[in-house]
Amino acid sequence: MTKRSHISLSVNGDEYETLCEPDQSLVDVLRNELELTGTKEGCSTGDCGACSIRLDGDLVCSCLVLAVEAEGKEIETIEGMAPKSDELHPLQRHFLEINGLQCGICTPGILIAAKALLEKNSDPTETEIRFWLAGNLCRCTGYDKIIRSVQAAAEEMRKG
Amino acid sequence: MATQKKDLLGQRLTRLEDPPLILGQGNYAADINFPNQLHMRIVRSPYAHAKITSIDTAEAAAISGIVKIWTSHDIADLPPIDFRADKSSEELKPFRQNVLATDRVRYVGDPVVAIFAEDPYVAEDAADLVVINVEQLRVITSADDEPGEFDVGLSSEAGLLTHTYGDVDAAFAAADTVIELDLRTGRHSGVPMETRGAIGVYDADEDILKLYGAAKVPHRNRDTLVRMLGRDEDKIELHEGHTGGGFGIRGELYPEDVLVLVAAMRLGRSVKWIEDRQEHMMAANQGRNQHHLVKIAVDKDGMILGMEDEFFHDQGGYVRTHGANVPNRTMCMLTGAYNVPAYRALCHFRLTNKTPAATYRAPGRFESTFVRERLMDALAVKLGIDRIELRRRNLITSDQMPFSLNFDEPGVEDMEIDNGDYPQLLDKALNWLKWDEMEADLERRRAAGEMVGSGIGVFVEESGKGPSDGARISVDENGDIEILTGGASLGQGFETTMAQICANALGVDYQRITVIHGQTNLIPYGIGAHAARATVMTGSAVNVTALTLRTKALDLAAEMLQLPADSLDIVDGTVIVTDKSSGPSITLAEIARRNEEGLAAEDFHKTKESAFPYGIHFAVVKVDPETGSIDVERFMVAYDVGCMVNEMLLEGQLVGGCIQGIGGALYEEFVYSDEGEPMAVTFADYMIPTLDRVPTVECMITEDAPSPHNLLGLKGGGEGGINGVGAAIAGAIDQAVGIPGAITQLPVTPQRMKEILNNS
Repeated sequence: MTKRSHISLSVNGDEYETLCEPDQSLVDVLRNELELTGTKEGCSTGDCGACSIRLDGDLVCSCLVLAVEAEGKEIETIEGMAPKSDELHPLQRHFLEINGLQCGICTPGILIAAKALLEKNSDPTETEIRFWLAGNLCRCTGYDKIIRSVQAAAEEMRKG
Repeated sequence: MATQKKDLLGQRLTRLEDPPLILGQGNYAADINFPNQLHMRIVRSPYAHAKITSIDTAEAAAISGIVKIWTSHDIADLPPIDFRADKSSEELKPFRQNVLATDRVRYVGDPVVAIFAEDPYVAEDAADLVVINVEQLRVITSADDEPGEFDVGLSSEAGLLTHTYGDVDAAFAAADTVIELDLRTGRHSGVPMETRGAIGVYDADEDILKLYGAAKVPHRNRDTLVRMLGRDEDKIELHEGHTGGGFGIRGELYPEDVLVLVAAMRLGRSVKWIEDRQEHMMAANQGRNQHHLVKIAVDKDGMILGMEDEFFHDQGGYVRTHGANVPNRTMCMLTGAYNVPAYRALCHFRLTNKTPAATYRAPGRFESTFVRERLMDALAVKLGIDRIELRRRNLITSDQMPFSLNFDEPGVEDMEIDNGDYPQLLDKALNWLKWDEMEADLERRRAAGEMVGSGIGVFVEESGKGPSDGARISVDENGDIEILTGGASLGQGFETTMAQICANALGVDYQRITVIHGQTNLIPYGIGAHAARATVMTGSAVNVTALTLRTKALDLAAEMLQLPADSLDIVDGTVIVTDKSSGPSITLAEIARRNEEGLAAEDFHKTKESAFPYGIHFAVVKVDPETGSIDVERFMVAYDVGCMVNEMLLEGQLVGGCIQGIGGALYEEFVYSDEGEPMAVTFADYMIPTLDRVPTVECMITEDAPSPHNLLGLKGGGEGGINGVGAAIAGAIDQAVGIPGAITQLPVTPQRMKEILNNS
């Protein structure tokens, strides 16, 4: 066994300290050490976007980040998306109302990626949504209701 | 059958499944853990076909954290992975896959060694140190190749399968025109976004083996495991959690499922296995890989006289749980929605040295619709008859229903299409699309130099095949309702669908219903979710059970309220006098409290017949002559589903299936080198459609032909989105590039498109 490394990181505003292997991916540490299993792994090669998280605000695939690289960084995952325990983020609510998900395994990554988009661009065109989310694979929905859900959330958020 | 009220059916109710999923609280196989669990890693064959001479695990075993390493010798008592009981075939039994390869490996990815370790990273490192020594054997990578040896003295052609009716020779002798085509469908698969996973747990106190990560057909897999492991039915439990997509390929019984169970028992610790994506691309079932030499005979008016097909089915390394189901479905469904008076199909069911094949969404249908509709397009050109008109002339009409295909071969199941009005759907669809305007617009664009065109795929689907399923429904003392089924949820919205059917029949709020599925310890039977069965079979079982429960509740209420039962109704969980908002009433909760036996029912839906939905796909594509890339500008699905439970969920099935079909038509292909090396083992090589490349699929759903075989008229919706996609896209490309019959092979990758354009 290699020597384990100590890391401290902030996830959804909560401070965590944990030990990890030097070759351990961030998605594994989130899921297995911090028990935040909302982030899913779909390919481990950065092709599917299921493990999308924010790392100091940047949208990244957490399967391609080593946990030690997250030292001192701020992380945002699906578990931190709903503003309160009884209140959903507009994206979550519209995904639910429009059926923007089926099996749900790609959904946390898509919600995180869509939230990053809407923070950068509050009024994206359909084409902008399509290209922004092109790195998030979904095999169930055929994508259309995902676009409609993001558009509906964007509209609601613009209206405040 | 009597008609039943359907007030709540068709409504776009939101899904009961979604609240945990949008919060990241889904509990998929990888999220399930047990104390002190071991992690399993499979060492897979790097050779496509070889004789194993020795396996050296010493170096791997020396790594700290390795608990056990198994080769086939350690589990020599286990039988091969068996066929499901209804797929059993003595002739195919020698082609089953062992849990770990014994003396031969037959595809790259064939499991050879199982490593059990304290940590998954350690298990993976150890796997790299295992050495498999082999003598390589002749590799067969195509079903077109001369068959070789599956084993000593056993041909790799596992069987010649036939489906025949009518006098085919006479039909061709009498033909005015005969068309012959050579067509291929590529190797695709479902590729769900969640890879497979299995966790084996052994409860030593109760002597019960438990499999977590089960999906699709938990009860049927339990039955197979009972046979394979020689345990009693109540000593094996399968448990389904959240499931990240299935599409036919997940949830079959695979070697890894058996390994985690047997290891949990023999090693005395729970065993977890999560497939990685690369493994998935070489180990999970693939499909579609067929080569057809097909011909059709017609008279001078274009009326079909006969059809004959000889095809080569690439089964891959072994015959898995379905036996020969896919080639058989191909042969059953090839004639589709048309009158074909005489028919003969011959399948060369051949083993090759590639990943084993089995069912993938619309198995045998995506392929056969491509073949049939290519013939119709070719005929239309040859005869100078409009392609829509030619199809219309040959469609089976509603007055021919029920329509039977009775095959000559003993043991080949006849097919009886329950009902349908295909010409009516065609007319409705053409109106909906404003077909003539659309065609004129495309014509103008072509005249202006654009490579654009439209295509069509007409198909019949089979769904809801029996024989039976049941359900138990109970109302508790708070008025909350539980539906207990042996169904399965793969993400399609099973819980909402069942709740909506129950709420409609019983008269309750669907939000108060909990739907249980995929737990073999809670209910002894269950048909699972496959072949568009769940809504028809389990849905019908839920419907009849809810009606039985309703009668029971009304009888009890009549006694309690001292009113005749036939004057009562149930609205929003309360028994009232019909159409009276005030007056005597009693809640279902109160009835459950007051009745000694509570308030519950169990009932069954049994049928020997299938329900046959039908549809038409239309595609509009634009070809870029510079790059060969093909843009699907529009895709339209017209589909008759008999009776719609939830429009929003059905759209999801149709659109999702359609986009998967576009993947198979244009992008996705499991390519192998001549040495049998899989060339597509990541999403960078196996390109499933992405958001930037797909159209908004338009749907026209009709309910013109409710099935006579169940009370609500339900037919399946899971496969109607994908069935005709290859056919429609191929026709559209032909027209776009102005080369009739250009497309003979799917997927039409940019390379293939460029080759066609360069050679023209």
